[in-house]
Amino acid sequence: METLNKSLEQIKISYESKSKLSKKRIIICAGTGCIANGALDLYREFIQEIKNLGLEVAIDLQNENGNHETVHVSSSGCQGFCAKGPLVTILPEQFLYVHVKTSDIAEIIEKSITQDLVVERLLFTEILGGKTYKGTNEIPFYVHQKRMVLDGCGIIDPTDIDEYIAHGGYFQAEKAYKELSSLEICDIIEKSGLRGRGGGGFPTGLKWKLTMKEISDIKYIICNGDEGDPGAFMDRSLMEGNPHKVIEGMMIAAKAVGANHAYIYVRMEYPLAVQRMKKAIIKAQSYGFLGKNIFDTGIDFEIEVMEGAGAFVCGEETALMSSIEGKRGMPSPKPPFPAVKGLFGKPTLINNVETFASIALILHKGSEWFSQFGTNTSKGTKTFALTGQVVNTGLIEVPLGTTLREIVFKIGGGITMDNGEVNLNAFKAVQIGGPSGGCLTSKHLDMPLDYENLKSVGAMVGSGGLVVLNSETCMVKIARYFMEFTQNESCGKCVPCREGTKQMLALLDEIIEGKATLETLDLLIELSKVVSKASLCGLGKSAPSPVLSTLEHFREEYMEHIVNKRCPNNQCKALRTISIDKEKCTGCTACLRKCPVAAISGEKKQAHSINAELCTKCGICNDTCKFGAIVGFN
Amino acid sequence: METEIELRQFSSVMKILENNKFEKTRIVTILQQIQEEYRYLPQEVLTYLASALSMPLAEIYGVATFYAHFSLEPKGKYQIKVCDGTACHVKGSEALFSVLDTKLKLGGKITSKDLLFTVEKVSCLGACGLAPVLVVNERVYGQVNKNKTIEVIDEIIKSEANGNLE
Repeated sequence: METLNKSLEQIKISYESKSKLSKKRIIICAGTGCIANGALDLYREFIQEIKNLGLEVAIDLQNENGNHETVHVSSSGCQGFCAKGPLVTILPEQFLYVHVKTSDIAEIIEKSITQDLVVERLLFTEILGGKTYKGTNEIPFYVHQKRMVLDGCGIIDPTDIDEYIAHGGYFQAEKAYKELSSLEICDIIEKSGLRGRGGGGFPTGLKWKLTMKEISDIKYIICNGDEGDPGAFMDRSLMEGNPHKVIEGMMIAAKAVGANHAYIYVRMEYPLAVQRMKKAIIKAQSYGFLGKNIFDTGIDFEIEVMEGAGAFVCGEETALMSSIEGKRGMPSPKPPFPAVKGLFGKPTLINNVETFASIALILHKGSEWFSQFGTNTSKGTKTFALTGQVVNTGLIEVPLGTTLREIVFKIGGGITMDNGEVNLNAFKAVQIGGPSGGCLTSKHLDMPLDYENLKSVGAMVGSGGLVVLNSETCMVKIARYFMEFTQNESCGKCVPCREGTKQMLALLDEIIEGKATLETLDLLIELSKVVSKASLCGLGKSAPSPVLSTLEHFREEYMEHIVNKRCPNNQCKALRTISIDKEKCTGCTACLRKCPVAAISGEKKQAHSINAELCTKCGICNDTCKFGAIVGFN
Repeated sequence: METEIELRQFSSVMKILENNKFEKTRIVTILQQIQEEYRYLPQEVLTYLASALSMPLAEIYGVATFYAHFSLEPKGKYQIKVCDGTACHVKGSEALFSVLDTKLKLGGKITSKDLLFTVEKVSCLGACGLAPVLVVNERVYGQVNKNKTIEVIDEIIKSEANGNLE
C-alpha cells in the first residue's frame, strides 16, 4: 500500500507522465451493450495485433513503469451510443468507430495507430442524408448533450483508480474531510438546487441536513441502485462506467451527515455493475479512501455492496431497507422518514446513484455554477435512457428544461417504424418514468422537461427512462403492459394495490379483447382513483398513472376498442380480423393443413377462406404462407 | 456414517454461512449464494439454515418466495432470460418467448424436461439500447429475432451433444 503515502497530487502527476508516453490510445467501450456485441474479443485482439506488430502496449497504466513509447489500450464504461456498438475511440484524434468487428482491427491499426489517418468506412453515418461524422465532437447525438455527470463515463478506465484521480477524482472528498464542516457541505448542496435523481425530486441538501441533525450513535448511508423501471439504465451505466464517482459522492455525504457505514443496493440483473462497484471499493480501500482514519481525520467509513434479488418494490426506500435487513422487501408507512428512523432503526440517508455521482462535481465547481443549468425549480442536468422506436437509442444527459423535441429529434435522430425504416412524422408519444409515469404526446414536444412541468401533465421524471413510441403503437396495450408489470410487482402488503391492480388489469384485458362496455371504462377510472389514493407506497400510488395518462391523451383509441371492437393499429390480437387475399392465394393448401382449429377451407389450386368464428388468430397460417396472402397480421 | 454424509453435503452451505458470519440480517445474500451453488433452493438446505441461524423456517420461506430471483424448483443448466422491459416489449420480446416455448417444448412450464433449459421472462435488464435482449446465463444477446433465438438454442444443444461424446 505504498500509494497511501502519496498525495492525490502526486498520483495525478505520476499518471499524467505515464500517459504522456502513449502517443495513441484505443478505448474500447465495455458497457453491457457493447460486451453483448463482442467488445471483449475486440479488446483482446487489439492487444494481440499491436504486439504482433512489435509495438509496446500499455494495458494497465497504474502498473506501468517503463519509459518508452507505448500504445495505450483500455476498456471503458458505457459511452451511451449503445445501438452502434461495439464502439472504439482513438485518441488524441477522437475518431469514433462504430460496429467494429475483429476483422477491422488490422486496418484501424494500420491507418489510425501507426499513422494519423481515419478509416472512413467505420465512422458513424446518419441513416437519413448519409452524412458521416468523425467523432463525438461532431456527431449530433453527442453535440446536443451536456455531459456533466456522465463526463468521464466512456473515456476513463473504470478499473483504474489512478485515471479517476488524474481527472480530479477524490480531491473533493479530501477537501470535504479536511477543510469543510458538515454544515458547510450541506449548505453547498442545498444552494446548488440539486434534487433527488431517483424520481421523487426531493431537495438533496435538505435531506442531508435532516439526517445530519439527528443525534445517534450509528447512521447509515444507502445508495439506491435498484433501478427497476423498465426502459431505464442510467444508474447501471454510471456504476459500470465511473464507479469511483459514486463512491466519492457517498464519502462526501458520509462526512456531511456523520455516517460511518454505507450500502450500495444494486439489482441482481446488473452483474457487471455489481462486479465493477465491488472492485472499485476494494481499490479505494487500498488507497485509504475507505476504511479507518480517512485522510488522517480520524473518521472511519466503509461501503458494502448488497445485491437485490429481483423485486421491483425494493426501489422504494422503506422496502429497500427491509430487504437489507434480511426481510421481505415490503414498504412501511412514512413517517417516520428514513432520516429519523431508517435502516435498523437508525437515521439513514438514502439517495439515488445519479444523485451521489453529482456531488463531487458540485463541490468542485460550486453551487452557482451548477445552478446555472436547468430551470427555475429544477437545476443541473439529468441523464435519460433514450430507447424504443428512435434511431439513436442510448444513454444521454441534458440540462433539465430541455424540450422533448430536442431529445427525440436532434439527439435521437427521429422515429423508426416497426420495420426499421426512419419516419420523422411518425412520432406518437414518449413514455416517461416507467410504470409510475405517463406519456407525453406531440402537444408536449416543446414543453421544457423538469420536475414541475412533468407533474402538471400527469407524468414524472422518474428515474429517467424515455421510451419513444411510433404511430403504429397501440396505447391501450402499452397501458396494459405497465399494469401487468405493477400487478406482478405489487408486494401484496396493502389491499388497494394488491387487489386494485389485479382488477385494473382484468378491466384492461376486457378492453383489448373486445368484451368491454362504456361502463368498463368508468369502473377503470374509478378504480384508478382508489388505488392511487389508498395505496401504501409509491408503487401503488403511481400504478394507475400510465392508464390515466393514456386515457387522457388517447381516449379515442380506448373508444375504438370499446365501441367499434377494433384496434386502430391492429395490435390487439383478439380484435384482429384475419382474411385471405384471393388475388395472392394460390391454393397451395399449406395453411389449411397447418391450421390447428381447421378454420381454413378451400379446394386445391383455388383461393382459400377463413371462418372467422373458428379462427383463434394464432398466426400459424401467416407464418406458413409463402405468398403473403394472409391479411390482418402486422 | 450418516452424519458424515450430511456434513459433506452441507459443507458448502457452512462455508457460505461462515462468510456471512451467521448473521440473520444477511439472509438474502446467503440465499443468493446458495442458489448460485445449487441452481435453486433445496428444501433440506432451507431447513438446515433455519436451525443454523435459529430463525423460523417460515421466515426463511417468506423471504425465499418474496423475491423473483429465488426458485424452489431446480433450474436448467442454461438459464435463458427474455427481457420484457418496455423497450424490448415494444420491439417484440413476446414473440421470442413463444418461439422458445415451442422450440424447447416447454408447454407453458419454465424448465425443459431434460433440465437443460429454463426460460424466464424477466424485468428490464438495462440493455435497452439493444432491444430486444436475450440472456443465456451471463451472456447477453442483443437485437435478436426469432431466427437468431433458434440459432442460439441450436448452438447450445450442439455443444452439449459434443460435450457428452467427449
